Amino acid sequence: MNGSRVLLDVSDYSVGFRTESGLAQVVDKVSFTLERGKTLGIVGESGSGKSVLNRSFMGLISSNRQIEEGSALFDGEQLVGRDRQDFWGKRIGMIFQDPMTSLNPVMRIGRQIFEPLKQHLNMDKAQATGRAIELLTQVGIPEPERRLKQYPHELSGGMRQRVMIAIALAGEPELLIADEPTTALDVTVQKYILDLLADLQTDIGMAIVLITHDLGVARGRTDDIMVMYGGRVMELAPSEELFSSMSHPYTEALFSAIPRVDQPKHTRLTPIAGAPPDPVDPPPGCRFSPRCVYAQDDCLTSLPQVDPAAEHQFACFYPVNTEQGRDARGLNAERGHTATGLKIQSVAVH
Amino acid sequence: MSQDVSTDGVLEAAEPEAAQVGVEKKTLGLGFWLSVGWIALIVSLALFAPWLPLKDPDANFIDIQGKGRPPYGPSGDFWLGSDQDARDMLSRTIYGARVSLVVGFSAVAFGFIVGGTIGLISGFVRGTFDKITSFIMLVLLSFPALILAILITSLMERGLWTIALTLGILSVAPVGRLARSASLVFAEREFVMAARTMGAKPSHIMLRELLPNVLIPMSALALLGTAVAIVAEGGLAFLGLSVEKGSTWGKLILTGAQTRQLEEAPWIAFVPITALFLTVMALNFAGDRLRDYFDVRELSL
Amino acid sequence: MAGTGKAHLRPESDVLLRVEDMVVEFPVDRHSVVHAVSGISFDVARGETLGLVGESGCGKSTTAKAIIQIPRPTSGTVDFEGVDLNTLSDAELRAMRSKIQMIFQDPIASLNPRRTVRRIVSEGLVVSNTSVSKPGWGLLAAAVVLALVAAFISPLLLLAALATALIGGFIILKGVFRPTIGGFSDARVDEIITAVGLDPVEAAKRRPHEYSGGQCQRVSVARTLVLDPEIVICDEPVSALDVSVQAQILNMLEDMKERYGITLVFISHDLSVVRNVSDRLAVMYLGKMCEIGDGDLIYEQPAHPYTQVLLSALPDPTNPHADSVEALVAELPSPINPPSGCRFRTRCPFAQDICAAEEPQIRQVGTGDQWVACHFPQTGERRP
Repeated sequence: MNGSRVLLDVSDYSVGFRTESGLAQVVDKVSFTLERGKTLGIVGESGSGKSVLNRSFMGLISSNRQIEEGSALFDGEQLVGRDRQDFWGKRIGMIFQDPMTSLNPVMRIGRQIFEPLKQHLNMDKAQATGRAIELLTQVGIPEPERRLKQYPHELSGGMRQRVMIAIALAGEPELLIADEPTTALDVTVQKYILDLLADLQTDIGMAIVLITHDLGVARGRTDDIMVMYGGRVMELAPSEELFSSMSHPYTEALFSAIPRVDQPKHTRLTPIAGAPPDPVDPPPGCRFSPRCVYAQDDCLTSLPQVDPAAEHQFACFYPVNTEQGRDARGLNAERGHTATGLKIQSVAVH
Repeated sequence: MSQDVSTDGVLEAAEPEAAQVGVEKKTLGLGFWLSVGWIALIVSLALFAPWLPLKDPDANFIDIQGKGRPPYGPSGDFWLGSDQDARDMLSRTIYGARVSLVVGFSAVAFGFIVGGTIGLISGFVRGTFDKITSFIMLVLLSFPALILAILITSLMERGLWTIALTLGILSVAPVGRLARSASLVFAEREFVMAARTMGAKPSHIMLRELLPNVLIPMSALALLGTAVAIVAEGGLAFLGLSVEKGSTWGKLILTGAQTRQLEEAPWIAFVPITALFLTVMALNFAGDRLRDYFDVRELSL
Repeated sequence: MAGTGKAHLRPESDVLLRVEDMVVEFPVDRHSVVHAVSGISFDVARGETLGLVGESGCGKSTTAKAIIQIPRPTSGTVDFEGVDLNTLSDAELRAMRSKIQMIFQDPIASLNPRRTVRRIVSEGLVVSNTSVSKPGWGLLAAAVVLALVAAFISPLLLLAALATALIGGFIILKGVFRPTIGGFSDARVDEIITAVGLDPVEAAKRRPHEYSGGQCQRVSVARTLVLDPEIVICDEPVSALDVSVQAQILNMLEDMKERYGITLVFISHDLSVVRNVSDRLAVMYLGKMCEIGDGDLIYEQPAHPYTQVLLSALPDPTNPHADSVEALVAELPSPINPPSGCRFRTRCPFAQDICAAEEPQIRQVGTGDQWVACHFPQTGERRP
């Protein structure tokens, strides 16, 4: 383990799949970095590529139709092109969305926690039991000794997720990847789990990648947020800055589409027209252009790039709240449609 | 530039749902059509046999044009040769097809109509009806097929219908179970619930919601089942249990296997064997392709 | 929190739907019973949207299904336009079905995969009009008789007859001979399909799996609208959809509500969505009603501790209620053996002895449309 602060350095990482209809570029030149002890939120809807990014990154996709390109350095070691089994559990831990299917239903909880302890930390049964109880307590499970003997179906969803976290932490990883960890849980339980992850991060000092479709979840619990769409990075910025000065039209659109509990009832939401792009046949130019209210002619033909050196990165020619952006909006509103033919109407906000 | 557009207004797309339709084109493939072609051929030959210029399948054509002792090899007179009693293989095979195919199709049809109906209803209504029918199916399945066949044929004359009925009864249980499990799966789906909320009667639900869905796996099974029934008839014939009058493929194969001149005249056995093999394979292949074709893969959200 | 009491119900003449003392219980084995819904009451006025919100196990989905009587509730009354649905026979209930419709959570599973979308939408009309299938049945019956006769003549004729029967059956299933239903013309079906935002021409050709989740949900809505319902119950209609599509569907529901004058009961676990869509809110917990009333009032000053817990648990940290109140334990008690008295007391930071002994009754908070079932409603200062 070198002493550098940067734990993850991903550069132009791409994942494609060969299909009968052509090459599906599901992840397209994604770049980001993550420092030790920090949290990165990856936000995107379905079709954004965030799940494939995660699984591919961890080497979990075993299809021979997969093409992985680019560079992904974990603590200086290149992951692309190599078998990632050595990292699983020991240096990188993972938790998934549905704890019922991620835990082995026919194995007792205790045994499932013992496995990484024995494998990665070479503990014997006695040590493992002790450590397992410690871990379960750390994740807030009452009566840990009793739980060790139980099966997953005897626990509630929230408890199962906590067990998952315990198992992921057992190997004392430097990085924890949480893929939609609370999507299947009730909102009160979600809060516990998210608070727990934050506490654990402070205690252990591990980095976290938090993948979610929920902007609210990402806000306040991440240091940086990366917004993905159509396999590409749309915006990458420190969390609060993302919300206080959104630059990408997609981020803005996503934010306006969410009902907020502090808005009065019947507040009209601003949906995003259309549907995610086809990875086999994406729009030329910016992937979001067919649905973007700012779209101009060059959005159709050229692909906007992020400036990787900037702290607040975005891939757009007409960013929100800039002069070009406002002009673009104005132009579209006047003529009633965008360059991609999307019809626009101006709706007054009260 | 111009700021006269109300920037306190929100720009919204005027038609929020550009229809993005993702169609997966699936073809049945060349193999499917070849199989269908073969089946169609053999069925037409069988149907129209009396009107085709075929020799009498039971007549002996000994010593035609001085050929000497039968069996005669394939030639201009006997396209597929003759058997040891100088009967024309081609016409025997085609006439044999008539019985074999009828037995095969009828058996499956019986099994489907009876078994399929019972299975469909059981899967939907559940409860006591389901328990009773499942038990009956279990009994039927456990019954050794051969014993049943021997039982029936020893009690009744070995006519076309008794053989078809025997095989039909034997196919009720497997078809019934498939229909039941398909019905169970679909009955749980929300579109069935939706039909109920619209006021559909149970009969309506079973017929219009469940049946079209259950029919898909069933029709794939139908083709496979026909193949099995035809082979089963062949097996019965081999044991001497098939129909008494007329020829079937099974009986032809049996005749061929019993002849002493098999080495010199292999066509006696191989012509009906090949016909059987091709038909069964065509049915299996077509059934498989049909099942794949109708396997609707649903979009993930 | 235990929501018994009907103080919050409005006069019968003012409301379209009125549920009183609804109880739904499911036997689990010979000894235990799941108390899914334990005596709730609420009403919905014409043209209103009532939001039913709560976490898993609260009984909101069960309530939805009990309203439409699939299955019938264990006890209680469901008054719809003055008629108690619970007392109707199966046949009478079926006749009323078109007035109370439902939209489900899984958009694609709600639609018959073998049918074209347009057929799905117009299906409701066929259900109520069975004379449509009669010609097809006649054909099939004739074919069967023919087949039997043919069997005695020649086996091969039977084969041919079977083939004809198959074709006949196929035709029935495909509905080739279905005439246009008199009184409900194609034009209306087309109009509704267009109103929900789909193309009728495409709809006549395509099947559900060719559409996205959001579009399938539109189809579901169209299907219910064709029947001209009075009230539509939406059971988590947007939970399975992406955020951007969610907004499309919510807007569409509002538009349809206005255009066709329907009343909505909107069920969801997502408080932000329910808050946005509803006029009145009802918060449920473990089969009981905690708080019910005007959405804005409840949001601004949530009286029930559970409502406060829900609001404070919303992930967005800029939410003004964030981190204000936390439930004591994250886990839910068992619905088979719920806590005595107030069911929320095991997780309530303000619980006292009385909460275990006595079930709180619903009473008004202040003077507005806000009702709460709690011994210590949180109005104003935080009380221990």
